[in-house]
Amino acid sequence: MLDLGNWVSIQHHSGGSVSKANHAHYHFAVKFEFDRLSVPLRILSFTLCGTIGSFAVLYIHREPGYNRFFVLYAAFLTGMVIASTADSIETLFTGWELVGLSSALLVAFFQERPAPARNGLRVWIVYRVSDAALLLAAVVLHHMTGEGDFDKLMGDASWPDGQAAMSESQALLVGLLLLAAVAGKSALVPFSGWLPRAMEGPTPSSAVFYGALSVHLGAFLLLRMSPLIAASMWLAIAVITLGLVSAAYAYLVGSVQTDIKSALSFASLAQVGIIVAEIGCGHWVPFLWYVALVHLLGHACLRTLQFIRAPTLLQDYRNLENALGDRLPQSRGPLAFAPASFRAFLYRFALERGYLDAILTDYVARPFVSVFLWCDRMERRWAVYLNGPTSPPASVEPKDEPPQNPTNAHHPVDAQGTEQHV
Amino acid sequence: MTFNSVPWLELSIAIPLIGSLLVGQLRDTLTASRWCLVVSGLTFVCTLAAWAGVEFGLAPSGTSATDVLPWVFGTPLLAIDHLSAPLLPLVALLHFLTALATARTKMTRFSFAWMLAGDSMRLATFASATWLLGPLLVLNTLPPYLELIRRGRPTRVYVLHMGLFAVLLFAGLAMGGAGPEAGAFASVLLLLAVLVRSGTAPAHVWVTDLFENCSFGTALLFVTPITGMYAAVRLVLPVAPDWVLNTIGIASLITTVYAGGMAVVQRDARRFFAYLFLSHASLALVGLELHTVISLTGALSLWVSVALSLGGLGLTIRALEARYGRLSLTEFRGLYVHSPSLAVCFLLTGLGSVGFPGTLGFVAAELLVDGAIEVNPLVGVTVVLASAINGIAVLRAYFLLFTGARPTSGVKLGITSREQFAVLTLAALILGGGLIPQVHIKSRHRAAEEVLLERSTRIPEFAEVAPES
Repeated sequence: MLDLGNWVSIQHHSGGSVSKANHAHYHFAVKFEFDRLSVPLRILSFTLCGTIGSFAVLYIHREPGYNRFFVLYAAFLTGMVIASTADSIETLFTGWELVGLSSALLVAFFQERPAPARNGLRVWIVYRVSDAALLLAAVVLHHMTGEGDFDKLMGDASWPDGQAAMSESQALLVGLLLLAAVAGKSALVPFSGWLPRAMEGPTPSSAVFYGALSVHLGAFLLLRMSPLIAASMWLAIAVITLGLVSAAYAYLVGSVQTDIKSALSFASLAQVGIIVAEIGCGHWVPFLWYVALVHLLGHACLRTLQFIRAPTLLQDYRNLENALGDRLPQSRGPLAFAPASFRAFLYRFALERGYLDAILTDYVARPFVSVFLWCDRMERRWAVYLNGPTSPPASVEPKDEPPQNPTNAHHPVDAQGTEQHV
Repeated sequence: MTFNSVPWLELSIAIPLIGSLLVGQLRDTLTASRWCLVVSGLTFVCTLAAWAGVEFGLAPSGTSATDVLPWVFGTPLLAIDHLSAPLLPLVALLHFLTALATARTKMTRFSFAWMLAGDSMRLATFASATWLLGPLLVLNTLPPYLELIRRGRPTRVYVLHMGLFAVLLFAGLAMGGAGPEAGAFASVLLLLAVLVRSGTAPAHVWVTDLFENCSFGTALLFVTPITGMYAAVRLVLPVAPDWVLNTIGIASLITTVYAGGMAVVQRDARRFFAYLFLSHASLALVGLELHTVISLTGALSLWVSVALSLGGLGLTIRALEARYGRLSLTEFRGLYVHSPSLAVCFLLTGLGSVGFPGTLGFVAAELLVDGAIEVNPLVGVTVVLASAINGIAVLRAYFLLFTGARPTSGVKLGITSREQFAVLTLAALILGGGLIPQVHIKSRHRAAEEVLLERSTRIPEFAEVAPES
């Protein structure tokens, strides 16, 4: 373990009679754990980031934003290294956030088109929800045990033999919060909608982030907190259920994708779902945590290779078909014998990506925006009312107008035709 | 002449006051700008010296043997402690950097003389803990009002709110002096005054109105030091019963989530900034409700972090407005191509304000949430929720402003060296404080202990019944 000491520490230094002041204590330890869980992921991070970084030097050569790509790429690597070796939940949160920010900004890398920016924002929104869940888990841990350090939470035994220093119900509460964080970060159901959207980014970053490292970070967190799973059977069942549902969902949806990067991303998600289910099963067979770790490492390497081969997929197919002297054989899926109506339903379900995006948009995002836009209109009316009849057009509620004419965009003019004050 | 023989505190207030009178006589805006820089720079140096005097024990209350005011009035009117000492250079720095980053095209619309007068008033406010605080708090509201009149903009929203603030404040102060039986009622009046001044919902419309109608610089300097927070710590926290503080907390919690949500849906950059500020200012006030050392340390740290981060974000938006006019958030504007440095500054300061790891606000937010969870888990959950929403608002604004199709321009729209110096200074403080947070947190922890000690002295029940945290 590498203990860099307390980054921040608060100890009382007044000898007064304030009971609250005299007992206040807070510390933020920066500690890194080098064990059989963190070292393999760290080696994997360096290997994949180094290899793909080298690949990206040529891949995005002369692309606008070349430097920006590598700055964000370096931020991602830093985040991964911090998160993978963190020995306290606060340190892990630092790496977790860095990974999230660099991912969102790299999804919006081709920023001259609005679609990548929209998708980048979407990814960021899911990540913020995930971050909030992780932060809540961190503070609940602090509240329950007074510590955020993994070694104190999980005992002195090395991974995966640690034991959670809390009751089963406490483990379930913290574990469910962590599971929400994991679902956001690893694109598990119901947050899977952002994964194909993240494919807007450059292929090298897609390969490392969504084929290998970022998408597995959630599974890694579950492995790190495996003593919690060992402590609570219900948490283990929740983990298994989420993993299997996500795997089934990803298999179905991935089967109907028409572009290679989306198909690969769902294939990746299917494997992540299985890894998560394996971690849940570790409650009964702890050896499965090792299996999950090996599965994670192997899958990350394979998927990265597939992603960086993706741009030459058509060429690869042509070479194969030329070698065969015929078209590639089309295999019948396992549902080929199901009733046609059921297959049609599944096809529609898969094509619409399980309606997950639509559900989140219609039942979460749209009501949120509608409520606050209504509040905004009311506030503007209130301001106009208070200001009286001399109120200027600036305070008039906005209309849903099409975007401004770009030629006028830099010289905004108010309703009276005068330039607005700046 | 020794360090202690120089009246640093009085100089830091007198220099901008005299400077404003001199600069007001200048007709050439460029000359006025240069003199303003010199004056605000000198003021900053004096505040730094006053802070150092308190921090190193050279002048524990910031006063000096050569002070003029005690000699005139027979009693020391100005004094600083560990709470207010670092706030003085912070306020002076914000004024200096705002003057520095004012674009030439906007100099005719921005009054340097009133900026210096405002600098002096705000510094005097933060250096006052006596009866003078009330009048100074009200006097502070004058410069924006005069600017609104000068620009021919509507003033009623501002006047109604600030008038209400003044009435409640003076009534509360008067009742407070009437005797202990009137103390609770006085606390309520002071509480309401603080809520109005801090822009707590529903009395927050004046903040968005001010940003829409005033110059960005004046509005920015008026709100970013979060003077309402100072009034709350000095006037309410030491004397208010727990239920009054709980009321502040509930109102602030509602405001922080509400304003965060409003920031997410705004279609105008100024209103976005106003709501982001309201959310953060309310977040800092939440720490007062909990009045534990940890939460108060978090709140005081967050106060400084928010002032710096949102100060930087405000200066960045102001610099963008100087190039592109009022910024709408209804389309992807693609400003990154012409102003990449401003894009980086926007992102850095915006994320700094929401407590992104590695920035000054990170540990502050952690402390606040940690303290909140100790007292009431629901408060902690709400604080985390507000932080998440604010983060979404910041990145949404970033994407809308800086991504999208390239606008064509025949002139250079990159950051100027003055703007670069201003925003990089703030960025260095945000990142530096984030990487080495112990110094800042320790200073705020000491201030929090002093504040709670004063509260326990004035409300003995607080010391007796307070649970251990």
